[in-house]
Parts: sequence; C-alpha cells; structure tokens
Amino acid sequence: MSADQTLAFDPDCHIFTGCGFPAPGLHTFIYEPIATWGGFELTKPMLLAVLSSIVVVGFFWAAFRKPKLVPGKMQMIGEAGYDFVRRGIVYEIIGKKDGEKYVPFMVSMFFLVWMMNLWSIIPLAQFPVTSLIAFPAALALIVYVLWVSLTFKKHGFVGGWKNIVGWDKSLGPILPLVVVLEFFSNLIIRPFTHAVRLFANMFAGHLLIVMFSLASWYLLNGIGIVYAGTSFVMVLVMTAFELFIQAVQAYVFVLLACSYVQGALSEHH
Amino acid sequence: MNALLLAAEGEPQPPLLPHLDELVIGLIAFVIVFGFLAKKLLPNINKVLVERREAIEGGIEKAESAQIEAQSVLEQYKAQLAEARHEAARLRQEATEQGTAIIQEMKAEGQRQREEIIAAGHTQIEADRKAAASSLRQDVGKLATDLAGKLVGESLQDVARQSRTIDRFLDELEEKAEAVR
Repeated sequence: MSADQTLAFDPDCHIFTGCGFPAPGLHTFIYEPIATWGGFELTKPMLLAVLSSIVVVGFFWAAFRKPKLVPGKMQMIGEAGYDFVRRGIVYEIIGKKDGEKYVPFMVSMFFLVWMMNLWSIIPLAQFPVTSLIAFPAALALIVYVLWVSLTFKKHGFVGGWKNIVGWDKSLGPILPLVVVLEFFSNLIIRPFTHAVRLFANMFAGHLLIVMFSLASWYLLNGIGIVYAGTSFVMVLVMTAFELFIQAVQAYVFVLLACSYVQGALSEHH
Repeated sequence: MNALLLAAEGEPQPPLLPHLDELVIGLIAFVIVFGFLAKKLLPNINKVLVERREAIEGGIEKAESAQIEAQSVLEQYKAQLAEARHEAARLRQEATEQGTAIIQEMKAEGQRQREEIIAAGHTQIEADRKAAASSLRQDVGKLATDLAGKLVGESLQDVARQSRTIDRFLDELEEKAEAVR
C-alpha cells in the first residue's frame, strides 16, 4: 500500500481492538499537493497523468524513432500496438478510407488512457489517474469537440443539426419526439457517459483493491487472520482483474470515440 | 502518512465534479502524446510499413518474373533440343543415303574397271595369239620348205638316210627351240 494513499487510519488499528473498520471512501481519491506554485497545486494524480504522456511518448520514441524494414523487438511491439488500434478499431469502425486520418488521434488516445489506467497496479503509483473524473472528462471533451466539429464541417450547419438530432421525415408524427431525444442523447448525455464509463470503472476497481488491502491489514488479529488471508487473495484476484479491465476500458473508450467520428461522417448518424 | 489527516478535514468534493487544474493537465497530457505521435513517430513507422510492403511485393514480383523467364528459357531450350534432334536425324538419313549412293557408285566403277581390264586382257591375248599364229605360220612354212628342200636334196632311195635326215631335222628343231628358250 502506498504511503501517499489516504488510508486515514492508524496502522495499529486491527479487529478486536475496539477500532472500527476504516472503510475507504471518497477521501481515498484525494491527495495532498506534492508541490505548490502560486495558486497551482501539483498532486500525485497530476504527476502520474504527465508521466503517462512521457511513458507513452517514450515507448513510441524508442520503438519508432528509427524504424527499420526488419523490425527490432521494441519496434515489433510498437507495431503490434499500433496495428491493433489502426486495424482492430479505426478501420473496423470508421473504415479504411475515412479512418486513416484519425489513426494518430485514436492511437494517442488509446495508449494514453491505457497508461493512465495502468498506474492502478504499478507499485508506488498504485492509483488509476482516470479514477478522477477530470481526466476522463478532458479526454471525452477532446473527442466531443472533434466529432461535433466534424459533423458541421461535413454536413454544413443545417445538415449538421439534422445529423445530430436524427432528422428523418419518414418518422412522421413521432419526429419531434425523436428529435428531442436524439438531441439530448447525442449532444448532452453522450459526452457525459463517455467520460463516466471510464471514470466509474476505474473508480470502482481502485476502491475494491483498496478495500481488500485495508481489510487484509485490519483483520490481521486473532481468528481474523484467516479472513485477512482470504482478503489478501482477493487483492491479488482484483489486481489481475484490474489489469484486464484497464485494457478493456481503454479499448471501449477509443471504440466509442471512433463510433462518434463515424457517426459524424456518415449521412445518417 | 501525513495523508491520514485528510479524512478529518472537511467534506471531499463530489466525485463527478471535475477539478479544473486536473482537467487542464489531462488536456496537456493528450496534446503531448498526440503531438509526438502524429507529427513524428507514426509518420515514421507508416513510411517504413509502406516500404516494407513494397519490398515484399517487389520481391514477389521479381520472383514471378524470374519464374516466367525461366519458363521461357526452358521452352526455348526444349525447342532447340527438338530442332537439334530433328536436324541430327535428318543428317543421319542424308549420310545413309549418301553412303549408299557412294557404295553403289563404287560398285559400278569397280565393275566397269574389271570389265575394262578383262576386255583389255582379251584384246592383248587375241593380239598375242594372232602374232604368235602369224609368226608360227611363217616358221612352220619355212621349216616345211626347209624340210622339203632337204628331203628333196637327199636321195630319196635311202630310207636310212631319209630317217637320218628326219632325225637331224628334228634335232635341229629341238636345238632351235632350246636356243629360242
């Protein structure tokens, strides 16, 4: 357990000592500033977010700075990751012709989100940056701006609105209802769910790991040791599960981004 | 463990309310990654991927053209071989024919020469015979004349003398023959 974690309990607090279980909560996600410049306070999640950029850029720098016709190990791994996003997501959703332009965007998005998620199980970091709503929100905002501007660029002002509200004359009398629903669904709820889906998954995952970690420690007294063992096994299981969820959520986030872009480019959303 | 204090300090803000500083950091983080990847690193790898594809396709093309060339060379070779065989057969046939003709000619020539030789021999023999006959006739005539002269010259009364004359004549004849020999 990281020392920076807001554990908020006495290390001597164990079961059967009259000490209540120090359940993790929202305070688990709040960090004291590491450094302060004027009004700006640098916290650990911010540092990890910037580190995520550096790690992603560093990895691709090592892999693709001087690419060879016959790839080395790093380049091979980089190509596999690049190809996964390019062909596995972008070409699949948007299509090869229209999608090629958005490949760098989606590749950047995927690896940045994945790295931000990965910190959750990296020793000493042990905190998924994306479990703070601001980070998924920032990324979802970028995607939102991209697909909305693309919609108007592609279809013009009126056409863009028609595309967004799902204008279809053949719907007849229920058209107004559809327009209102689609307007809210696409323009307001979509960016929100896009960000929250990632946030909530990482938030919950982190909370589970912290809870089992705390419980392992708290139960370490008397007969509670048996339960502490069980709890610790759960820590390991959840860590492995998180490894999987981190990749899945990065994948889903980019998949949705592609589907929004695809919707913006197509005639009917 | 200074974080312990935090729990005690007031209410944390609602979890769905983004912190502005973090939001900005998140945007910056993306811009950094996108900038490096879109401007430099991904174009780099794209160039190599295209090159690799061309290299592979070029290799395949080269192999195909080589195969086609090999095929055409093989065909050419086969055609030449067939032609050569044909030519050889033709030459053999010609040689056989020529040989037969030559043998035939030689035979005819031999025959002709033989006949010439035989004819020449015959002529020679005939001439010799004629010469011999004529010379013989002369000799016999002369001999007969000689003999008759002698016989007439001698007395025909004496048989003994007659026989002696004949004997003498014959001896002379023999001597002559020996002298000739």
